[in-house]
Amino acid sequence: SVLCSAPVQNYPLYIRSIPTENELKFHYTVHTSLDVVDEKISAMGKALVDQRELYLGLLYPTEDYKVYGYVTNSKVKFVMVVDSSNTALRDNEIRSMFRKLHNSYTDIMCNPFYNPGDRIHSRAFDTMVNSMMMQVC
Amino acid sequence: MEQGPAGGSGSAAAAAAGTGGLLLPLSETEQQRYSELFSRCCPPPEAAAGGSSVGELFRASQLPPDTLHQITEVCGAKRVGYFGPAQFYIALKLIAAAQSGFPVRIESIKNELPLPRFMALKNDTEVRYGTPAEFHGVKFQVPHSTLEKNSYKRTDEGDKQEPKSPPMSPICSPPASPSTYQRIPLSYGYGKARSGLEQQHGAPYEVKHSTHQQDGPSSGNYGAKSALTCSTPSRSLSVEREQQDSSTQYSDDPWRITEEQRDYYTNQFRSLQPDLNAFISGSVAKNFFTKSKLPIPELSHIWELSDVDCDGALTLAEFCAAFHLVVARKNGYQLPETLPETLLPEYLQAACLKPVRDCALFDSYSEPLPSSQQARDFTQTEKSSAEEVPDNSALLQDGKKDDKQALKVSTTLKTIPKEFQHLTVKAAAQEPNAFRARPRSRSYSSTSIEDAMKKGEEPPTPPPRPQKSHSRASSLDLNKIFQQNTQAVRSGWLPPPPPALPPRPSVSQTEQPSEVELHPQMNRPPTQAEENSSAKKEVVLAQPPSKPARRKLRTEAQGLETPELSPTINVTSSLPAAKPHLPVQKQSSKQKRAIQTAIRKNKEANAVLARLNSELQQQLKEVHKERIALETQLEQLRPVTVL
Repeated sequence: SVLCSAPVQNYPLYIRSIPTENELKFHYTVHTSLDVVDEKISAMGKALVDQRELYLGLLYPTEDYKVYGYVTNSKVKFVMVVDSSNTALRDNEIRSMFRKLHNSYTDIMCNPFYNPGDRIHSRAFDTMVNSMMMQVC
Repeated sequence: MEQGPAGGSGSAAAAAAGTGGLLLPLSETEQQRYSELFSRCCPPPEAAAGGSSVGELFRASQLPPDTLHQITEVCGAKRVGYFGPAQFYIALKLIAAAQSGFPVRIESIKNELPLPRFMALKNDTEVRYGTPAEFHGVKFQVPHSTLEKNSYKRTDEGDKQEPKSPPMSPICSPPASPSTYQRIPLSYGYGKARSGLEQQHGAPYEVKHSTHQQDGPSSGNYGAKSALTCSTPSRSLSVEREQQDSSTQYSDDPWRITEEQRDYYTNQFRSLQPDLNAFISGSVAKNFFTKSKLPIPELSHIWELSDVDCDGALTLAEFCAAFHLVVARKNGYQLPETLPETLLPEYLQAACLKPVRDCALFDSYSEPLPSSQQARDFTQTEKSSAEEVPDNSALLQDGKKDDKQALKVSTTLKTIPKEFQHLTVKAAAQEPNAFRARPRSRSYSSTSIEDAMKKGEEPPTPPPRPQKSHSRASSLDLNKIFQQNTQAVRSGWLPPPPPALPPRPSVSQTEQPSEVELHPQMNRPPTQAEENSSAKKEVVLAQPPSKPARRKLRTEAQGLETPELSPTINVTSSLPAAKPHLPVQKQSSKQKRAIQTAIRKNKEANAVLARLNSELQQQLKEVHKERIALETQLEQLRPVTVL
């Protein structure tokens, strides 16, 4: 499974995958899925902030895996890719994972040394992501 | 692999083999550590560690109880029924694995793991308190070659000086600790920890001392140092115990804040934010910590660790923790992954009664301190209301006066190193006015608050103040300028302002910070300086006519003291400064002197102006005469025409 967060300019601030092989493929998937996310955002049209901060749901299922998206009100997108074989993952869990991600992201934002748009190097964030992904895999 | 530890590891390996054919590869450092811990948990004669001490140790590793149970199971102690060396070592390795985030399984101990970390073992405190006296006999001949950082040397010396501080806290660092920013207050804790150790051994002990000093909570350093300790001869089990004691001390001591450190941090907090109960905002803290010249990612991590409520602001406790981490990092310790419990805000706040008391202590340090506090407050208020220059002129003036005092105070205190002194000053006021003023006021000890004021208060006039020559030289300049200007006086009455301006800062350089000091005294015999200043006065008079009125006001407001000539420039500059209101005077002994010098200069200016006045009067008379002559001529001519 892969996790990625990207700001408006659509470059990933943070990308992490477990297991670590096929990383390039995941990168590619993530980038393409960002397009889908953008599409969904624009499709929402006049949706206000509340709507925006939504879990975008299953972006598109491919042969091997599913991609889930989430957008915050500051246009930061989170993309999660999970194996299709992992059927134990339910929607709620994905939602909760995204929520945790969002919380961690806001914690990072509180750090005055963090400039928005930088790559995320926060160890706390890493730990949280790792633990989350371990749970899934 | 030499002596006891080698034997220990050998037996461990053998025992491990006995438990199931599992060969437990232990590095040297791990062997050291594990043997220490083992000896700690089990007195030498026994072959197995006591369950209670082992349990305590495991709890000190701060792993959740389930994990500990799991570890106990996996290492085989449950099965065997006791913690033999093998089980113990395996358990330790598993603890290390768990602390690094790996699952508790036999396989994970095959990895390269850091040493397990144990926090706040209570046994250590008891042990330490038990025999401080014995330790004092130990000589500190720390091999300085092993010390990589100067601060460690200081620590040792400090330890020599103060072996007697009562073991109230694990680290009772001597008051000298905050003397420089680079000092390791933390290392004193190491010294104290060692003071609690039971036995004294000569050289190896000190080697350990030094090596352990360099050992941070991260075991990475420990590896290198314990290699060193490996080489020390004649290590008995009791020595190992001490080592282990001290090392477990070290694992929490560096992260314990001593009283001096706390004072220091509190003062720094106050410099940034006078209210101890309020927050330091993120940007302020960022600027502050950036000055420590640590790399940004590390600062970012420190922030993450210390801002536990993740609100983007630091309370006093959080600030102390962050500062402590910065200090530790600068002194070479690795940053921990999680905030040590001694740095948690709750823990720190429990000790927060101290800062209140220390405030009182701090205030008693020196008289001007309240004013420096006030300066900071002032500058804080300046910060908040920093828009209008004239409004701030008084504040600025006072603020700068106090600032100067604050500078002096901070130097005398010697607790704030130069770096932070400037930081304090800088951090305290970063608003445009103050900021403009500050670089100047700090560049020379006698504050050029006038400069600042002038800069702030004369927006229309260009403030090119490059010259910082002293007053007499400036009077020479004035002479030249006056001669130029006298021509202008004759001709036009408006000498060019720009030539007049540059000498101003030079004049004001020797000035003391007080607007009030500028008094034109109208009863001085003219001197060259006066003449020069009269030229300046022309400039001034060219400005809005309300100024002379204000000048008079100020004259009335202020008492005149020793009349001495001084370059007039102050007067001219002060006139615009006098624009909006009469400044509020803060009298202190230094300020009196400052005022006197200023008054001297004012009087010079006055004299110059007086001369100018007389000359102008003369001119006026002449002009009148001419006029009268012309009128009479006209009259004579008129009857002709009328008629």
